[in-house]
Formats: sequence, structure tokens, C-alpha cells
Amino acid sequence: MLYKNAFCGACALFLLTTNAQAASMNMQSMPAPAGTPPNTVIIKSFMFTPMSLTIPAGTTVTWHNMDGEPHTAVSIDGLFRSPALDENDTYSFKFDKPGTYKFLCSIHPQMRGTIVVTAR
Amino acid sequence: MIDNTSRRDTLKCLALGTGTVFTLAGGIVTPIDLALAAANPGTGTPLFLQISDTHIGFNKEANPDVAGTLSKTIGLVNAMPEKPAMTLHTGDITHLSKASEFDLAAQLLSGLRTGDLHTVPGEHDVTDGPGAEYFARFGANSGNRGYYSFDYRGVHFIALVNVMNFKPNGLGALGDDQLSWLKDDLEGRSASTPIVVFAHMPLWTIYEQWGWGTGDSEQAMSYLRRFGSVTVLNGHIHQIVQKVEGNITFHTARSTAYPQPQAGVGTGPGPLKVPGDVLAKMLGITSVSVKSGRSLFLTDTTLS
Repeated sequence: MLYKNAFCGACALFLLTTNAQAASMNMQSMPAPAGTPPNTVIIKSFMFTPMSLTIPAGTTVTWHNMDGEPHTAVSIDGLFRSPALDENDTYSFKFDKPGTYKFLCSIHPQMRGTIVVTAR
Repeated sequence: MIDNTSRRDTLKCLALGTGTVFTLAGGIVTPIDLALAAANPGTGTPLFLQISDTHIGFNKEANPDVAGTLSKTIGLVNAMPEKPAMTLHTGDITHLSKASEFDLAAQLLSGLRTGDLHTVPGEHDVTDGPGAEYFARFGANSGNRGYYSFDYRGVHFIALVNVMNFKPNGLGALGDDQLSWLKDDLEGRSASTPIVVFAHMPLWTIYEQWGWGTGDSEQAMSYLRRFGSVTVLNGHIHQIVQKVEGNITFHTARSTAYPQPQAGVGTGPGPLKVPGDVLAKMLGITSVSVKSGRSLFLTDTTLS
């Protein structure tokens, strides 16, 4: 005999309220804000900007989270892993060897980026 | 044989989910949902409580006092006339995986007078990687794998981890080792055993663009479909989304910390700021009862 799960949604419905976050949203990819230091990846609006950064070997890259939501920068091949970066936290890593290094945010893994390291 | 009564209940309850209950409950203090449930003789015995996304350490505008809303939640649970004897926490216990956040969460959760606490990690709990804070505290019963199973009052509970590996499209993943373990865990079990599966990220795809799903969950479901009653509980999205597919009921819980936007609304799945009087209506817990010895009955309760 099959038993169906009875399930009761005595549940609050998602209240459709005006949302400041939604009002300020911008779905388009934005360039790094003016005044961004070089070799910096800005994390804002759930995106890494630029999504791909090319640097010579020996360069230190800094990730700067400007979202109210925490993010991380975690290398897919395990080379580097930032801690959870809260708003305005930064993380830096020095790239010594040429190569292509893909990374993601382990909290929002749909956020992806690449660092391309060229020979000096 | 098809159990028409249960089917009717399911339809009725889904209909309630369109907002009738909230019209009734508007402005009335706390466990109005529980009170309604108590008035319904079909509600059954409280079996366990699901709490999720406590995000201890979060301090932004959407809720500067997540410890306070968790304490309020715990007070609400402790005031229930018939308390569940067990609690499942479906992850994001902390916001930034910090030891101090885990300490405060443990201190607050120890106030729950509901017996054993079983957890799974959320991605916010494991930003420091495998074998770190979360596992040091909760890994002992699973050999640091994070996934495990146990039996309680005739129900088989399975805790899964889908926040340590990711699919290229950003969905969570269980991975081959865990799927193989799950297959073995279910092998030989009677199809009449009620199953409760709990994990942090939804085990079905709600919104792929925000990673709200688990890329290899279909493999897990293929092992579960033969069972007569399967309840799949998740957190992660800070709002209730539910569906019934055959004998499998999927349900996500509210957060006790802050709401998130509906799928696709805004730039991403971050904290949703709502007016103070609305916040408590968007935070809460799920309690689960047993009906007729086997079917599980889910009740969602908000903080106001």
C-alpha cells in the first residue's frame, strides 16, 4: 500500500514588498569602478569584475568584496582559497607561475573568474 | 491503492499555501499555525523540528540581530505544548564559518529543549574547506564526511552534504562517493520505511542561475523513488518552496535570520531587506509530525 505524504502549508507566502536591493540592481556586467587599484578583482553584485585578469608572473592579485553578502575566491585546482570575505574585506594571492587559473565563489558557485598569468 | 484522503489533504494544504492562512493569522501572536494544527486531529505526534539558515555572525541591515531572532525561535519552540524530541539543522549555522560564530550558535542552540540536534553543513559553514571548523565540531559521527544516516521512531533519516563540490554551472553536487554510500545505505530497506532526507541546498533545481539546486540529485532520487514516503528537507533559499512528485515531498524551510528574494528577483540571492514588522513574518521553522504511523505532516511557523 502506498502512503502519500500529506503536507500542510500553513505557510507565510512570500510577501512581495518593494525591495531596495531590487531597485538598485543592474544585471549588466560593469567595468571596475573608477579608481580601482591595478591587479584588483572587485566583487560586486554577485560578479567578479573583471571576470578575466591577465598579469605577469610575480604579481599579487587582490580580491575586494563590495557586496553586503560574503563571497570567497577559491581556485578550482586548489592553489588558493580565501576565507569568507565580508563586505569590504580583501584577500591577496601572489601568482608566481605562468598559467590559467580559474576560480569561483564557494558560497555562490555560479560566480566564476579567471586569472591568466604570463611569463615575465 | 491510492490513498485519496491524503491526496485531498495535500491539495487542501497546497491551497492554504496561497495565503488563506495568513489572512487568518494576520496580526495574531505566534504559534497560531501550531494552534491551528493542534485543533486538527489529523496533525499527529510531533516527531522533529527543522531549523535552518541561522547565519550567526550576520549583522547587516536585513537583520542586525540574528542571535535575537534565533533566541526568539527557540523560545517559541520551547513553548510548544508538545515539543518534538529532535531537531534537524539544515545548514548555514554560521555566516562566515568563524569559530566565534560556531561558539555562539552552539550556546544558543543548547537552549532548545528538543533532544538531539542533527546537522548538515551549508556553504557558509565550510568556507574554510574540508576538515576545518564545521567538521571539528560536527564531523565525529560521520568520520568527517558530513553525511550519515540514523533511525528514529521507525523513520530512516539521511543527512546529505551538497555544498563541498560544485557542478560547472554552479549547482551543488553530492559526488560519486556519497551517491555510492547512499545507494548502499538504502539497499535492502523495506519500501514501507518512511524516509527523511535532509541537506542544505535544494535537492531539486529551483533556479539554476543562482545555483539553487543539486546537479546530481536525480541519481539520489532514483534510489529513493521505490519508497512509499520520502520527505526531502532543505534550507539555503530562506523561503518556502515545495513540490510533490510521486511519493517524494520536497520542502525548503525559512531562515531564522533573514529572507532572500524570490528566484531571479534582483542581482543575486543576498539578504532581502524588508520593513521591521514584516521581517518576523518571513522568519521561522518547520515542524514535522507523523500521521497514521507513516505519513509525515509538515507545519511551517513564523515568528509573528
